[in-house]
Amino acid sequence: MIYLQLFLSFLKIGFFGFGGGLAIFSLIQMEVQAHGWMTQEEFVDILAISQVTPGPIGINCATYVGYTATGNVWGSLLATTAIVIPSLIIMLAICKVYFIISTRFQHNVYFSRTMHTLRLSVLGLIAAAALMLIKPINQPSVSFIDWRSWTIFATTCFFTILPLFIKKSTNWLKSALNIISHPITLIILAGVAGYVIYS
Amino acid sequence: MLYLQLFWTYLKIGTFTIGGGYVMLSMIEREIVDKKGWIDREEFMNMIALAQAAPGLIAVNSAIFIGWRIGGWRGVIATVLGAVLPSFLIILAIAMVFQDYKDFPAVEAVFKGIRPAVVALIAAPLCRMAASAKITWATAIIPVAGALLIWLGGLSPVWIILVTALATLLFTYLAEKRNKKV
Repeated sequence: MIYLQLFLSFLKIGFFGFGGGLAIFSLIQMEVQAHGWMTQEEFVDILAISQVTPGPIGINCATYVGYTATGNVWGSLLATTAIVIPSLIIMLAICKVYFIISTRFQHNVYFSRTMHTLRLSVLGLIAAAALMLIKPINQPSVSFIDWRSWTIFATTCFFTILPLFIKKSTNWLKSALNIISHPITLIILAGVAGYVIYS
Repeated sequence: MLYLQLFWTYLKIGTFTIGGGYVMLSMIEREIVDKKGWIDREEFMNMIALAQAAPGLIAVNSAIFIGWRIGGWRGVIATVLGAVLPSFLIILAIAMVFQDYKDFPAVEAVFKGIRPAVVALIAAPLCRMAASAKITWATAIIPVAGALLIWLGGLSPVWIILVTALATLLFTYLAEKRNKKV
């Protein structure tokens, strides 16, 4: 039964997942919570690992959630296949139409306005994913256990948005900023900080 | 062997890009447009627009587009397998090993540090994304209301997507109709 649930959930996630990996987190989060496939800790750890390993974040997440929910490879295979199926159907349909009408669709007012508002609502989805990790309703937060968690959070935020504020810079400074603001660097540093603080 | 080349190119892209779809796009551009010359830059820009407009993962959507454009059905199978396989195998290996180590005190300590950073990595890019979505004080109501409805109301993000799309279509239809009358 869990296999059918997993398949249907990831089919739904693939079908309604607009705006890439980060936006898809909130959909996966909803499904994971609704079915009780894993603890909150496990879910956050999966998000962390999905961001530091190669490949599309959504595929990483699907494979990992499938494995954790069922405890075997078939769960992974099912979830990963399910998240790709809607893409296949819709993209192939779009491709067939695209090569006939070429690029005119971009100037269609219905298309461009819907794309614009969808991009705005995707921002809300991402914000909701973050808020649900900061303070889940009716549960204590697992990501924020004391003031030191908040310090790590604030520091990571600072370094992530730092490149936005530094307009004029030398090439050397620019590459240094790119390295320090990269998710992998920040997750590794946060891991080191965690080891030093909590062990 | 065209299909093997398609598979190999996407396998490389899938193995060596960390950080998801947007990071992959620049590598896809280098491999597909600059090196192989399979499509030109204008078509590449159109592909990005389509891959973002369609639901699903941007990296997978772009793989489908290139596969179809270059090699038809078999091309799609080659590119999608290439894009997905490295992720799948690497994550599977990690998931199997992590189960045994996650209760070690040292591992637990490392993840206590990582968890708040993950939340920051989800929240902080919102600034940049809000700017590129051309947000204004008036349109900010869409993401704010959406976030609150999901967070406090427990509403599924699916509804937010559906209602946003349908409401936009309706308002655009009404505006177009009024324009015609005038």
